[in-house]
Amino acid sequence: MHLGGAELLFNGVKKHHVDLPSQSEPWDVKQLLVWIQRNLLRERPELFVQGDSVRPGILVLINDADWELMGELDYQLQDQDNVVFISTLHGG
Amino acid sequence: MCQVEEDYHEPLQRADPLSVSKKCVKCKEGTAAVVIRAGDAFCRVCFKEYFIHKFRAMLGKNRVIFPGEKVLLAVSGGASSCSMLRQVQEGLSQNAHKKLRFSPGIVFIDEGGAVGQAVEDRRRAAAELQAVFTATGLPFVTVPLEEVLDLPSSVLAAASLVASGTGAYKAAVGDFVRSGAAGCRTSLDPERRAPADVQESRTRSLQQLIGSAKTLTAREDLLSTLRQHLLVHTARSEGYSKVMLGDNCTRLAIKLLTSISLGRGAQLAQDTGFSDSRYGDILLVRPMRDYSAKEIAYYNRLFGVPSVFIPGLETKATDKSSIQRLTESFVTKLQADFPSTVSTIYRTSEKLQTACRSSSTADLCDRCLLCMCALDTAAENASAFKATLISEQLSQAQAAGDTSVVTPAPKEHESAAAIGKRCTSGAEDCGNAASGEGCCSSAKGAESSDLRSLLCYSCQLTIRDMSSVERLPHYILSEAQRRQRRSQMREEIGEFLLDAAD
Repeated sequence: MHLGGAELLFNGVKKHHVDLPSQSEPWDVKQLLVWIQRNLLRERPELFVQGDSVRPGILVLINDADWELMGELDYQLQDQDNVVFISTLHGG
Repeated sequence: MCQVEEDYHEPLQRADPLSVSKKCVKCKEGTAAVVIRAGDAFCRVCFKEYFIHKFRAMLGKNRVIFPGEKVLLAVSGGASSCSMLRQVQEGLSQNAHKKLRFSPGIVFIDEGGAVGQAVEDRRRAAAELQAVFTATGLPFVTVPLEEVLDLPSSVLAAASLVASGTGAYKAAVGDFVRSGAAGCRTSLDPERRAPADVQESRTRSLQQLIGSAKTLTAREDLLSTLRQHLLVHTARSEGYSKVMLGDNCTRLAIKLLTSISLGRGAQLAQDTGFSDSRYGDILLVRPMRDYSAKEIAYYNRLFGVPSVFIPGLETKATDKSSIQRLTESFVTKLQADFPSTVSTIYRTSEKLQTACRSSSTADLCDRCLLCMCALDTAAENASAFKATLISEQLSQAQAAGDTSVVTPAPKEHESAAAIGKRCTSGAEDCGNAASGEGCCSSAKGAESSDLRSLLCYSCQLTIRDMSSVERLPHYILSEAQRRQRRSQMREEIGEFLLDAAD
C-alpha cells in the first residue's frame, strides 16, 4: 500500500506491506479501510476516512487503475494487489 | 420554466456509478485505467496523449509565450508544478511533435521557515528537489522565503506594460525561425542557496511576521503575497519575462470562491485567469489551469513524475480553521457527488474580465500596495463599501465615548479587546491623519490606518487581522511612506497642476 502525500497520518511511512488476516469471505476495500483505520492510522482519522469511504479529495488506485473502474468500495482484494492512496488536498 | 406553483419533484441529477466497462472510450481497444470527468474512461496511452495535448493547446491558444523567450517555472515541489515541469521538459525534447521553443529556468521557493519546519527537514526536501531539477538539465535556483525581508521596494513599482498586439506573436515566430533557432539552453548558472545558509534570526523574523497575523486566513493570504513578490523579484533579477505557475483547475476553482469570500471579487480575473499582467513587465501564466487535481495525480503516478511533499501552513488544519480550507472542503465534497462542479466553476472563471478603468500605466497610487491590483476602494456615496465605512465609524465613535471620531493611536489601545480600534476615518481622511495629528505618531513607521488608504479591500482585511504592521518587511513600509508623501504632495500642489486636457 502506498500513500502519496497522506503519509503524514501514517508516521511518515509511505509504503506499507500489509498482510491481512484470513477470513471466510474475501476482503473488500470497505473492510480494508476499516482495518487501516484500526491498525495503521496514527492520527486524525477524519483526514483520511469519512464514514464508509475515503475522504473526498483522496484518490484510490488499485493496481494503477482508478478504483471507480473496479467497483470502488465493493472491489474484492486479491493477493499481491497494490493499493495507492493519493491526497490531492492542501490540508493533509 | 420557473413558475410560482411549480414543485420540483425530480431528484437532483447525480453521477451514476460507473458500470464496470473496461474499454477505453477513445481507442476502444486498451484497458481503461483512468476515469476523467464523469464517465470517460481512458487507457494509459490515450490518457497520456490527452494530457500532453492539453498542455500544448493551452500554450498555443493563448499566444503569450514567444519563441526564444526566457520563462521561469515556479515549482513548489507539489504535484501540479512538478507535472508542469515534466510537460515543459518533454515539450523541449528533440523528438517532440512541435517542439516548445522557449528557454525555461526553475525557481523553488523554500517556505519551510514560515511554516516552522526544522532545518534538517528543509535541507532534505531542498536536496530532493534539487536532484529532481538536476535531472531535467534546466538551470534552477533555490530561494528561501526569508529573502523577502530584503527585497528592494522597486518590487512594488509596476513597470510599464509591454504591450504586444496579436500580430507581434507571428512576427516573433518568424524572426525566431529565421535566426536559426539555436538550442533553447540558457547560459544561466544556477545559484544554489541551501536553506542551511539562512540565518536563524531571519527565520525568526519571518516567523514573527507570519505570526503577527492572527487568523490562518490572513496568514495564508500574507504568505501568498510575499511569495509572489519574491517570485517576481527573482524573475526580474535573473532576466526572465514570464513566470509559469502550477495552479490546477481544482485549486483555481477553490481560489475563485475563496477570493469572493475574501473580498477580492474585483481581482478575480487576474487571480484565476490564464495570464496575470498586474506586474507590468513580468507576466504570470497558468498553463495547468485546465487540469483537475485528479488528472495530475494520475499522470504523476502512472508516468513516474517525481514530486516532493512539503508541509504548508494548512497541512492537517481542520476544515473550519480558515476560509481557504473551508472552501476547499466544500468544493471537494461537492465534487465527489457532482463531478462537474470544478469544471463549471472553471468555465465561469474563464468568462471573467477586468473592466479597464484606467490605463495600465496609471499612477502607482492607483494600485494596491500588497497585491498590485487596481484599487477598488473608491467609496462612492451609494456603494456598499461606503456603508461599511460609515457603520465602522459609528461603532468606533460610540465605543470611544466622548473623544472625537478620529480615535487615538493604535499603540495605546493595543491592549484593548476590540480589534478595530484604529484610526477609523474613511479612506479619504487617512491623508490628514498621516500628517501628524497627535493621534497617529506619524514620524515612525506606517500605522495600519495609514496603510489602509493604499490597499485594496481584501488586503485591508488582511492587515486588519495583523496585530502590528511594523513587522512587515522594510520594502513594503518604505514604499507605503513614499506613496503617502507623494499623494500628500499632490494634494498640496494639486490646483497648480495642469491637466493633460489643457
